[in-house]
Amino acid sequence: MTSTAGLFGTYGGRYVPETLVPALDELEAGWRDAQNDPAFHDELDVLGRTFAGRPTPLTRAERFAPRKRLYLKREDLLHTGAHKLNNALGQAVLARRLGKDRIVAETGAGQHGVAAATVCARFGFECVVYMGEEDMRRQRPNVERMHLLGAEVRPVEFGTRTLKEATSEAIRDWVTNVETTHYLIGSCVGPAPYPELVRELQAVIGREARAQFLEAEDRLPEVVIACVGGGSNAIGIFSAFVDDPDVRLVGVEAAGAASLGTGRAAVLHGARSSVLTDDDGQVTDAHSISAGLDYPGVGPEHAWLRDNGRADYVGTTDEEALAAFRELTRLEGIIPALEPSHALARVRELDEEDVLLCLSGRGDKDLAEVLAH
Amino acid sequence: MKKLVIYLMAGHATPELAAAAVEGGADVVELGFPFSDPLADGPVIRRAAERALVEGMRTRACLECLARTRELAPDTPLVPMTYAALLEAYGWERFAAAARDAGANSLIVADLPAGERPELRRVQLVAPTSTDERLRLAAEQTDGWLYLVTLTGTTGARDDLSPALAGLVERARAVTPVPLYAGFGISTPGHARAAAELADGVVVGSRAVEIADEGPGALRTYVASLREAIDST
Repeated sequence: MTSTAGLFGTYGGRYVPETLVPALDELEAGWRDAQNDPAFHDELDVLGRTFAGRPTPLTRAERFAPRKRLYLKREDLLHTGAHKLNNALGQAVLARRLGKDRIVAETGAGQHGVAAATVCARFGFECVVYMGEEDMRRQRPNVERMHLLGAEVRPVEFGTRTLKEATSEAIRDWVTNVETTHYLIGSCVGPAPYPELVRELQAVIGREARAQFLEAEDRLPEVVIACVGGGSNAIGIFSAFVDDPDVRLVGVEAAGAASLGTGRAAVLHGARSSVLTDDDGQVTDAHSISAGLDYPGVGPEHAWLRDNGRADYVGTTDEEALAAFRELTRLEGIIPALEPSHALARVRELDEEDVLLCLSGRGDKDLAEVLAH
Repeated sequence: MKKLVIYLMAGHATPELAAAAVEGGADVVELGFPFSDPLADGPVIRRAAERALVEGMRTRACLECLARTRELAPDTPLVPMTYAALLEAYGWERFAAAARDAGANSLIVADLPAGERPELRRVQLVAPTSTDERLRLAAEQTDGWLYLVTLTGTTGARDDLSPALAGLVERARAVTPVPLYAGFGISTPGHARAAAELADGVVVGSRAVEIADEGPGALRTYVASLREAIDST
């Protein structure tokens, strides 16, 4: 283990109890091994195409933003209803290669929990998902789905009772069960190698979208925009365009959970990143109507992209997200999840015309919450 | 003579509690500086940290607590134990210096493994999952003694002393002469005696934090029972 590995500028790293260090070393070695193994890539490719439903379409939205050429990358059409499955599949294959048969995961909106439960059913792993009690209330259908898939959902009843505590409990479970268990983290957060690993597994979004956009428009988009909670769908789609300086990258956070907009450098869940904390480094509460964005931290690579100017990060309020949810539904016949609704809310004011947006999930899980507002 | 280390959460009552622990026979006192998201801690210490934060025990108040504890226990090594987030916010060197000025003899950072920031002098932790190479590294970098985490898990009382301790002690002894103190999951005098038979010292955290709620008298009595058990090895 070197201390420069797993860094994005000064962000990232491995701030974990010693108990987890050998597991992270083992994961890192297994990941490098898999990256160099054509059989691993082939297996993911086959699973993507035959189980998950890849490639997902790129949809031209004609009515939502009439002054733009808006394209939606349809991760809402992926099996289980969100981009989370790309990462869950890849990590499940890795876990099998590492000889683990128990999976522990955290979940906010429940999409990653459902993805984890899905792959565990497919691969025959034991699955334990930690979910904040407040999130269980506002994302009930996903809880039911996880149960049906055979996962054990453990409510987390302290603190904010949302994703932050669920993540801490998943890590504590991993500390306790590290020899048999793989921690299937849901976003590009956590100690190295997770942020890079999750990005690479989500990079399929960007690779496909780039090729599809070129085919449709014969040029690259002027701007790529995505919502940012932990940041995995955004980093996945951004990754295909990072080296194209004429393509602007825009990440959209929930205004009440704007880790990049209003946070500061701090350590949470194993990584140094941009976090909502007070002056002492104590993590403060995030607030978002959408469970998947309701997290005071963010992937360290996003903090780095912000600091080096490669990506811009803006915020969207609950009300704006709800309005965008309703508008996309009525104008395009697509019900988006509340999370990407935050990105949709910012499209019309972009300077650029050629816009590629990652529609990270569908909104079935949000119907009760939306109808209640 | 085997060493007894008692962990207490920083709070308004802590200096008196620390003095009581020393009277009961503690050789070293660890002072927890609470963090909102303590990954290495089980429910007892996590809840104690929450209460401490509600009480206002931010970094400054914890340093003051440390200074008052130093006054009441002038000859006892005091070791703040906390998480990287607090040092990141305060400034790494600035925190270490402030702690020293307030009377700290060393420092423990639960989520800063050996090899990271080697210039930050601190007591290193090793676990049953640590490789021999990491044991060696941690021992080389540790400040004074090596903290052997007895079990694969978080802090908190268990029914029995972890069976993993014996193997960990043996592996650690093979690579270093540094004193080895065992902690996590040690709560009864029976546990303490069994751990002291294997290691050079014993750290008691969660159970001490619980009993500290009953006041200095109760804590003194409890620590004395641990002392007696350790001294009988």
